[in-house]
Amino acid sequence: MQFDVLILGAGIVGSACALECARAGMKVGIVEPNVPANGASAAGMGHIVVMDDSPAQLALSRYGRELWQQMRQALPATVEYEQCGTLWVAADEEEMQEVHAKQRTYASVGVETEILDAQALEHAEPQLRKGLAGGLRVPGDGVIYPPAAARFFLDEAIRLGATLLRGVLPVAAAQGRVKLQDGSGLSAGAIVIATGVNTSLVPWITVQPRKGHLVITDRYPGFVRHQLVELGYLKSAHKLTADSVAFNVQPRQTGQLLIGSSRQYSDAVPDVDAAILRRMLDRASEYLPRISELSAIRVWTGFRAATPDKLPLIGPTPDRSVFLAMGFEGLGITNAPGAARLVGDYLLGREPAIDRTPFLPGRALKQAEAMRA
Amino acid sequence: MPESRLITVQVNGKAVSVPAGSMVSAAMLKAGDLCRVSVTGEPRSALCGMGICFECRAVINGVAHSRSCQVACREGMTVETQR
Amino acid sequence: MSMRWDVLIVGAGPAGMAAAVAASRGRLRVAVLDDNAAAGGQIWRRGLGETAEPAKQKMLHAFKECGAVLLAGRRVVQAPEPGVLEAWCDETNVLERYHYDRLILATGARERFLPFPGWTLPGVMGAGGLQALVRGGYDVRGKRVVVAGTGPLLMAVAAHLKHDGAKVVAICEQASMARMLPFAAQLAKKPSKILQAVALGANLRGVSYKTGCWPVAAIGNGRLQHVELTDGRRRWTEQCDLLACGFHLVPNLELPLLFGCRVENDAVAVNAMQQTSVAGVYCAGEPTGIAGVDAALLQGEIAGLAAAGNTGGAEKLVARSKAERAFGEAMTSAFRLRDEVLRLCDANTIVCRCEDVSYGSLKALADEKNNWTDAKLLTRCGMGPCQGRVCGPAVEALFGWKNASVRPPVFPVPIAAFITEPQSEFDNQQALQEMQ
Repeated sequence: MQFDVLILGAGIVGSACALECARAGMKVGIVEPNVPANGASAAGMGHIVVMDDSPAQLALSRYGRELWQQMRQALPATVEYEQCGTLWVAADEEEMQEVHAKQRTYASVGVETEILDAQALEHAEPQLRKGLAGGLRVPGDGVIYPPAAARFFLDEAIRLGATLLRGVLPVAAAQGRVKLQDGSGLSAGAIVIATGVNTSLVPWITVQPRKGHLVITDRYPGFVRHQLVELGYLKSAHKLTADSVAFNVQPRQTGQLLIGSSRQYSDAVPDVDAAILRRMLDRASEYLPRISELSAIRVWTGFRAATPDKLPLIGPTPDRSVFLAMGFEGLGITNAPGAARLVGDYLLGREPAIDRTPFLPGRALKQAEAMRA
Repeated sequence: MPESRLITVQVNGKAVSVPAGSMVSAAMLKAGDLCRVSVTGEPRSALCGMGICFECRAVINGVAHSRSCQVACREGMTVETQR
Repeated sequence: MSMRWDVLIVGAGPAGMAAAVAASRGRLRVAVLDDNAAAGGQIWRRGLGETAEPAKQKMLHAFKECGAVLLAGRRVVQAPEPGVLEAWCDETNVLERYHYDRLILATGARERFLPFPGWTLPGVMGAGGLQALVRGGYDVRGKRVVVAGTGPLLMAVAAHLKHDGAKVVAICEQASMARMLPFAAQLAKKPSKILQAVALGANLRGVSYKTGCWPVAAIGNGRLQHVELTDGRRRWTEQCDLLACGFHLVPNLELPLLFGCRVENDAVAVNAMQQTSVAGVYCAGEPTGIAGVDAALLQGEIAGLAAAGNTGGAEKLVARSKAERAFGEAMTSAFRLRDEVLRLCDANTIVCRCEDVSYGSLKALADEKNNWTDAKLLTRCGMGPCQGRVCGPAVEALFGWKNASVRPPVFPVPIAAFITEPQSEFDNQQALQEMQ
């Protein structure tokens, strides 16, 4: 079969890319060996958040959030888009200083925020423990149910003529050809690899699986109102080696609470790690003391696709037919629409809305070469 | 083992007397009250009677999502429909 | 001082109790965990107005005297490492850790529920479900009850309900008489079972028992008012307060799956000694294939003896156990679901009661060759607190979707269960107090 573009991987990033290309009138094929959106897209929280850990990430996540907001009306109810806002919680005066710095950073790119003092924080989230210093509210952030969003993108792409090749495992992708496990092949003008944590098609890049745990509760509507994240979260997210936990609790539209977060490099098996789960929930109960009484109905793990510099790989590779859209760590949901737009820009020769050079996959090649030297 | 002694619990504010040893689900059924309202607003009551279906969830002594078929009535207990 | 049990048993129903009695003969330290407040399991559920069946009284007595420790009110949550099991105790709000040498899973069965229009109305209950609720103090005197579905449980439940003062309007068995005849022949070979059947028949004199008859809809405004029934040719309605409806039993496989025991044909695979594919883990009773209380008692005894090292004693029971297994197979065949009961739903009929997932939304996914993982992801079917225990067997029957994986927690538990260190210093003193 001949396609204009073949997307490998029907997670939220691959599905968003497929929709972007199908909208542009391209003949699109999507290759998915398993269940669509059953990897990080199913395991993650679905937090739509502007993240300020680097200028490039700030630009991409702000762009992603904007695109989510723009398509909000078109999303089906199953996506459960809820603009609940993020509340970054400052435990003490030192963290309160960070709140001010964070506000300045967000203001520099036009992201609206609001500083809450201790009293305002208590009013906003009565379940938080007393004595916290305050927080930063980012009202434009939100929450979605990612598997439904990914499937919506996929279904829309199919409606526009894209072909889903399900249960098909690609084993090689080069020179406009995708070789499949059964020995057959597919060809396309361009190939977009969006296989998340699986780098078997591009062994020259470094993407490490970074394990996370999540717990979901029964329904307790109104227990918390914003996605609550401790200010120390970025410290946790940025650690390169050690296992870490951070307070990160999300109110689902259903009234359920999704409780995170943990980060582990060392552990490659998907089993629940009781020790880190304990640390993670202990952290959550430090901030929300009554959370320990709530009924947990499921615990699961997933793997984030982490690059060494914490930025995703989006764009062309030395093989000019092969493009990447992977390595999103914990921001694949937020960044999927922006990444899809950038991929479309490359394929169609459009001018990108943001600086795309920080995400060029070439840097991964250089990092790999540097590691070999 | 039938016991004649009665225990009184509050079901959604109404006093309901049941034989000692009764489960909370029995008191809710006697009161004619729902155990819970489903996620789309349907009325629900006990189904399996053995603690696995979670249809009999109720707020028992302030604890949400308690399985009323697995909790024995105690004098003065408060029980509310899980909404 | 950490307590290590020689034999730990999960489930204090007939199989678990028989296992405990048999294992305790070897002077071993034996404990039995159960989610319910008392021993007896579902078939011998204890409570208000319980009956004095001789077999039940005998076993309850033997169990009480055998020296095994009953740890009631505990739901098993996870098995963090081999030889260790953790259970949550609601009474104390503590996650308890148990160490064991050998484990016997006697987790029993649950009713299979099939969705049909109106089945979520209050007043529609399981057949065993209603009986359990009556044991739990629900007064059914004067209530009009239709008992429907399939399986030998229907008659037993109807007899108990009548005894408890309910007006049993009808018993509707979906299996045809022709299908049930070979099973009746099996029944005739067993004097004890004939006695039971005769006793049930006597209790049910005057109650109509219709074979080849099933419910098509439960109707009522906010609660059940009448049920629509059919025999495949005509439809009629019966006014009733309660519909006790279950479609035979399905084994509780969650714990065997958690331990990695091999499951074949919807049952835990065991050898003649009730040993599963996992070393040191035995399984007895309904999880190895629905076969009723006599099979459960024998299998429990075999497992208990084998786990205690008395394989000689266990081997003497194997022939009888095989015969009971054959009885179970005849029963399964007799009460196989007819196609019509799998076609009762309309598009709006709820299939997953926790998440209110409709038949229509699942059917649409099934038609596009999606599997249960897709359905779970996209509709949340099976993702609520019952963890698919109710809708799982239903979607398997309706769409052929199978659930083969189980993740801890096996049961919902408070977050606290994961925060505090599990309490493993479960000393003898406390354990002995639990014995009452």
